[in-house]
Amino acid sequence: MTVVTGMLLVLGSLDMPPTGDPQSPPALHVSPRYIEQSYDETGVPNMVTSVLADYRSFDTLGEVTVIFTGALAVVLILRTERKEDGR
Amino acid sequence: MTDQPRQTTDERSTVVSMICRLVAPFAQIFGLYVVMHGHSSPGGGFQGGVILASSFILLAIADGIEEVRRRFSLKAMTVLTSAGVLLYAGIGVVCLALGANFLDYGILPVSEPRSLGMLGIEIGVGITVTAAMVSIFHDLLSFE
Repeated sequence: MTVVTGMLLVLGSLDMPPTGDPQSPPALHVSPRYIEQSYDETGVPNMVTSVLADYRSFDTLGEVTVIFTGALAVVLILRTERKEDGR
Repeated sequence: MTDQPRQTTDERSTVVSMICRLVAPFAQIFGLYVVMHGHSSPGGGFQGGVILASSFILLAIADGIEEVRRRFSLKAMTVLTSAGVLLYAGIGVVCLALGANFLDYGILPVSEPRSLGMLGIEIGVGITVTAAMVSIFHDLLSFE
């Protein structure tokens, strides 16, 4: 089962476009607009941040919520001894 | 936790303690720099928050966990964790209230609204990551 799944995944990855190919479908959709216009549209010289915090800021809000939920889970599971000494 | 007695501050190495105290302020400044410069150079809230949290963890190594727990309230860390998320979402809601889309900073009534809006959410991310890391570290360490 595992071997078959692995072979299917490898088979599926065989016709992927080569890494860094500028003509591959993902590089032709929105990337040129980010590269050409992100400074004019956002006023931020760091292209990565302009995508992360402006175009995809809703996604980043989700990431922060994931970290918050993780911390909250650790607090809820592990923080028990506070009640005993009254703090 | 173990059958060995826990180390107290008196038994700690002076060299380790002093080096940690010397390095911690520089690590904090660097962490703040990475948060504040996230929108114009490589960096951002996640990375800067972790660097900032590592300096607090370094202080816990240097001074002992009890000393740090006396100075930092863990309840405040939990409040800060949610405050960062609220700051992030709050900026989004302010944009929404001013008539734009959620997290569309262009409408904010400041100069260079997009840049500053991004800085605001990076600070929110930084606060959340720092407080979450410190809170997880102390909770894991104090679990017995």
